[in-house]
Amino acid sequence: MTTNHILTVENLTTRFQTPDGEVEAVNNVNFHIDPGETLGVVGESGSGKTQIFLSLMGLLAKNGSSSGSVRYKDTEILNLPARELNKIRGVSMSMIFQDPMTSLNPYLKISKQMTEVLVEHRGMSEAEALKRAIAMLDRVGIPGAAQRVHMYPHEFSGGMRQRVMIAMALLCDPEVLIADEPTTALDVTVQAQILDLLRDLQKDFNTATVMITHDLGVVAGLCDRVMVMYGGRVVETGAVRDIYYDSHHPYTEGLLKSMPRIDHANEENLFAIPGQPPNLQNLPTGCAYQERCGYVMERCSKERPPLKAFDQDRASACFREDGQ
Amino acid sequence: MTVMTPKSGTQDTSPILSVRDLKVHFAIPGKGLFAPDRQLKAVDGVNFDLYPGETLGVVGESGCGKSTLGRAILQLIAPSGGQVAWLGKNIVGSPHREMQPLRRDLQIIFQDPLASLNPRMTIGEIIAEPLVTHKPELGKEEIKARVKRMMARVGLLPQMINRYPHEFSGGQCQRIGIARAMILEPKLIVCDEPVSALDVSIQAQIVNLLQELQREFDLSLIFISHDLSIVRHICHRIMVLYLGNVMELADRDNIYANPRHPYTKALISAVPIPDPEIERNKERIVLTGDLPSPISPPSGCVFRTRCPFAKDKCASEVPKLDRVSDTQEVACHFHDSL
Repeated sequence: MTTNHILTVENLTTRFQTPDGEVEAVNNVNFHIDPGETLGVVGESGSGKTQIFLSLMGLLAKNGSSSGSVRYKDTEILNLPARELNKIRGVSMSMIFQDPMTSLNPYLKISKQMTEVLVEHRGMSEAEALKRAIAMLDRVGIPGAAQRVHMYPHEFSGGMRQRVMIAMALLCDPEVLIADEPTTALDVTVQAQILDLLRDLQKDFNTATVMITHDLGVVAGLCDRVMVMYGGRVVETGAVRDIYYDSHHPYTEGLLKSMPRIDHANEENLFAIPGQPPNLQNLPTGCAYQERCGYVMERCSKERPPLKAFDQDRASACFREDGQ
Repeated sequence: MTVMTPKSGTQDTSPILSVRDLKVHFAIPGKGLFAPDRQLKAVDGVNFDLYPGETLGVVGESGCGKSTLGRAILQLIAPSGGQVAWLGKNIVGSPHREMQPLRRDLQIIFQDPLASLNPRMTIGEIIAEPLVTHKPELGKEEIKARVKRMMARVGLLPQMINRYPHEFSGGQCQRIGIARAMILEPKLIVCDEPVSALDVSIQAQIVNLLQELQREFDLSLIFISHDLSIVRHICHRIMVLYLGNVMELADRDNIYANPRHPYTKALISAVPIPDPEIERNKERIVLTGDLPSPISPPSGCVFRTRCPFAKDKCASEVPKLDRVSDTQEVACHFHDSL
C-alpha cells in the first residue's frame, strides 16, 4: 500500500463508560487524508463526528477509550502517552474549536498563549517567538497585530478570537488542521471572512484540512471530499460533487433535501426527515437510520448494511446498493 | 397559501399590530465614578405593520437588536419610546392589569428549547400553565383534555403528559414550547430563533409545524432569525436590522431577488448554498471588520464603517427609510446608484 496519506485512520472505535452502560460514540471508522486536501465531516449532534478527532488528538474525556489504528504518516499515534503525542499535536496536527472564547485561556495574554508553543516545540527565544506570533496574527487579518498581541482574549470580538485560534493553530506549520465547527458560533458575514481565510491559508500552506460541520453549505464551498456520519458510523463518503449531485445514502439525500435554500423560492412544505436522531445507548439492530428512512426494507431491521465501496472513492452503507 | 402584504389582497384588512418609532435604550454606567450614564440604543426607531396571517422575518447579526425588538413588542422589555398598537390600541406603558388579558393573544417561543422549560414541572403542567392563568374557570378535566389535544396537534404523544422536560430531545422540547404558546390560541407569536439550536434534520420538522399552525389558526408570526435561508422559506416580508436600525424592509421575493441595501446584499451573499457549483461560482460581497459597539455607534448611517460604498454624506446624515416600491423600503443614501 502506498502511503502518501498524511493521516490514515483504520477501524477506529471509541467507547465511553457511563453510569447507564457503555456507549459506542464512534464505530469502526476508516478514512485517510492527503496533503492539501480538505475533508468535510458532516453529521448531526451525537453522530460521532467530533469524537473521531478528539480520539486521534488524545483529547477524549476520562471515561472514553479508543481502539483501532491512527497513523500520522507512518507513525502510529492512537493512545500514545501524552509526552509522545505532544511531539505531534499542536505541531504537525492542530485543532481549532467551535467556541473560541472557551478554548483560549482568559487569564493569559494572547502573546503568552501564542509564544509558548514556539518556545516549547521550536526552541525559539521569546523575542523570536513573539515576532512570529505577530506575523501570523497579521497573516490571519488582525489589524494592529503588534499591539493587539499583548491583549487578553476578552478584548477581541468573536470573529477576531476565531482568527487568533487559527493563527495559533498554524504557528508551527501543521500538516493537518482539524477545524471543529469553526464558524458555527459566528455571524454569517464574519463566517464568510473566516471561510475565505481558511481557503487562502490552505492555498498558501498546502495544509490538509478536516472541516467538521453540520452546515452543508460550508462543505459545498470548501471541501474536496465528504464523509457523512450517522449514529457513530460512516454512512456515505465521496467527492463533494458526487455527494451533492448523486447521493446514494437515504440520510444524505434527506439532509440535502431538508435544507431550505436561499437561492430558491419555495412555497411548499420543506422536506423533513421524520423522527429523532438515534440514541447511541439504544441503537436498533440493523441499520441505525431504519426508523427515519423512506426506503426501509425488512432486511434493514435484521442486519446492518456494511459500508460498501463503489465507483471511484465512493462508499455507502445501504442495502439499496445491492439492488435488492 | 396567500402572501399577505399591504399590497396584495389585504388592503381592506387593518393591521393587527402597528409599531411606530419604537425605541429601546438601555442605560450603561459611565466610565469613572461620576461620569454620566451612557445610552445603548438596542432598538432605535423601528416602524412596521403586521397583518393577520402574515409572517414578518426579522434578520440581522448578533447584537442588532432583533430579540430586544421582539420582547419590546410584547412589553416584556419596557420600550423607551414610540408606540406599539395592538388591534389599534397603544399598549406601551399599559399597566399590568390591562396587559394581562392581552397576553392571551400575544405569545413567544424561545431559542433554547430546554432552558425555556421549567425542569421541575411535567410537560402537562408546563403546557397547561397559560390556561390555568388565563382561564381559571376551566375545570381540571377540561384543561387536561385541551392539553392532550394540543400535544397531539404539535406531534407529541399525549401519553407523555406526565414526563419531565429532560426526557425529551431538543426538537421535542421545542414542540412543547410551541404547544405552550398555542394553547390559548393566540393571534400573534414572536418566534425568537426557534430552530437555531436544533439539528438540521429537525429544523425542517419545526418549520413545517409552524407553517401548518399558521394556516390552521390564521396566526401572525414575527420570526426572528439569523438564518436567511429559513427566513426565505417561512416569511412573507423581511426586515433587516443593523445596530437597532432598519436597513431594509421588503417583500420576501423582492428582498432576495433584488436587495437594495448594501448590507442586505452582503448578508444574502454570505449565506453558504449547499450546492458545490453554485457556492463556488457565486458572486460575494465580503464585509470587512466586525459589528461596531452599539454604545458608540457610527455617526450618520450606522452601517457606513463596514459599507464598501460609503461616502462623505454617510458620515454626516442619517439615511431615512425610503419607499422604493410599494413593497420595498430602503435606508441608504445611494440605493439608486448602487
